[in-house]
Amino acid sequence: MTAISSTGLTKRFRGGQLAVDHIDLAVPSGAVYGFLGPNGSGKTTTIRMLLGLAFPTSGQAELLGVPVPGGANRVLHRVGSLVEGPAFYPFLSGRDNLARYDAADRTADPRTMPDRIGQALDRVGLAAAARKRYRHYSLGMKQRLAIAASLLRPRDLIILDEPTNGLDPQGTREVRTLVRQIAADGTTVFVSSHLLAEVEQVCTHVGVMRTGRLVFQGPLAELRRTGAARVVVQTADAEGAVKVFATLGLADAQAGQDEASAVLGDAEPERVCAELVHAGIGVRGFSVAAPSLEDLFVGLTGEGFDVDG
Amino acid sequence: MSTVDLPAPADPAPADPAPAIRVPHNPARAWFRLFRAELRLVFGRRRNQLLLAVTVVFPVVIGIALRVAAPHPQGGGGNGPGVAFFNQLAGNGVFLSFIALSTLLILVLPVVLAVVAGDSVAGEAGYGTLRYLLAVPAGRTRLLGVKFAAIVVFGLAATVVVAAVSLVTGAALFPVGPVTLLSGSTVPLADGLVRVLFVTLYVAGAMAALGAIGLAISTLTEHAIGAIAAIAILVVTSEVVDQVPQLAAIGPYLPTHWWLSFDSILRAPVDTSTLLKGLLSFGVYTVLFGSFAWARFTTADVTS
Repeated sequence: MTAISSTGLTKRFRGGQLAVDHIDLAVPSGAVYGFLGPNGSGKTTTIRMLLGLAFPTSGQAELLGVPVPGGANRVLHRVGSLVEGPAFYPFLSGRDNLARYDAADRTADPRTMPDRIGQALDRVGLAAAARKRYRHYSLGMKQRLAIAASLLRPRDLIILDEPTNGLDPQGTREVRTLVRQIAADGTTVFVSSHLLAEVEQVCTHVGVMRTGRLVFQGPLAELRRTGAARVVVQTADAEGAVKVFATLGLADAQAGQDEASAVLGDAEPERVCAELVHAGIGVRGFSVAAPSLEDLFVGLTGEGFDVDG
Repeated sequence: MSTVDLPAPADPAPADPAPAIRVPHNPARAWFRLFRAELRLVFGRRRNQLLLAVTVVFPVVIGIALRVAAPHPQGGGGNGPGVAFFNQLAGNGVFLSFIALSTLLILVLPVVLAVVAGDSVAGEAGYGTLRYLLAVPAGRTRLLGVKFAAIVVFGLAATVVVAAVSLVTGAALFPVGPVTLLSGSTVPLADGLVRVLFVTLYVAGAMAALGAIGLAISTLTEHAIGAIAAIAILVVTSEVVDQVPQLAAIGPYLPTHWWLSFDSILRAPVDTSTLLKGLLSFGVYTVLFGSFAWARFTTADVTS
């Protein structure tokens, strides 16, 4: 059972720009799926198509087994969302803003609304500011109110687009905790971000976007596995260690200051260590290091600030 | 022989663990719930309240001005409905409502309506609330229907308020009694008041048609002020073109052409053919622009 799936989902803007290019999403039910990619890589456009706000140029998408945008009105009440930042009526209070969105939900029970609004506000820590006008909210409060709106009903799926934008480190941590709680209730969470660090601690699965393409998708552990582990030896004789690596057939052997490393490949680390000692290399330290997710992420999405597309 | 009776299984559990998802819903009730929320938003907004307040100042000011400008019962010069009303006013305060409505119909009422209609969709798009309403999901057709209904109600409210305040002001400043119609015959006051009601409804119909045009324009942009300006310009252009004799052939097809035809109600017998043409014009404009708004709103990407 997949919470979100798509085949060949494509969006070409009127100007001809290909924003989303044949992506095949598969978000398993119950997953916390990190939708990663630099700014401008097509994440928000994809989310807009999933929520029926934008119509795909080609391809299909399903939310909780219901095709969108065709069945959007049948399924979206089971989906909470935060799309491209919070948006509310500045002249209404936080509570009245939530009441407005709840009134638009034809399946919501008006009798339970006050309780549901109260709980949602409690959950994001805004109960004290419920009667304050949205105009006077800080950026972080606005962001929390948007998350509260997505929690007005019990949901099967929550889609959060850059949920920590504008939040301070404390707020970021709170959102992370909230995501964990939501996921613990069995709700599938689809969270987009351009910051790997923001999602790697909570995600079970990741999809990585680059210039409209989905360049990786799968469990987080699988992404880690794609990185080649390296043996790293601390030694005074780095050159000697590299020679041993060569005789063992290890690729990409490099000598540094008091350190040598190489791609481990299929070799057993114990044997590599034994060979080094056997060859008379003084081993001060020996480790096998997997590349950081950050390195893998940058490898997939490209380096630096150049916005793709 | 049991000593402890467990609660009977038939006992209805008060709290279903996950009931909210499957709440059986009544589409009509849900529609009215959103409609009420929309009315609260439109009528609760300070700006719109101020617009209504300013609108009702006009009949009072017009009434006082006419009272001060020593009325001469015998008419002279001019032949438009406005002039005829002015001549009648001296004899009967009821006519202030017709004077006020025909004066305000030129610009004030259309602009008041333009603000609400132009803001309806474009304002939501500008705030970004449109994407959240649609993601709720409000449903595009449903949301548009509710928006139009709220515009119609606002137009009706503005018109009714003008008529009511005019009647009160007229009664306070001028004599009130049997109403002498434009065709010369006199009808009882009650009959006159019924005619005021029909005039008010006719004007509200004109505003509803303008509301449909405004709603359509509002779906084209995310800048409410642009939509509002466009509607106001459209009204003025239509009125100006309607005054150009060389363009008389297209006059009847202009959106504003039949607005002032409510003077037909103030004749005996009532000139129903003119009235029906006016109502037909309002209906056609409503359907035409309502369809356009729907076609646009249900197919456009929401990018705001």
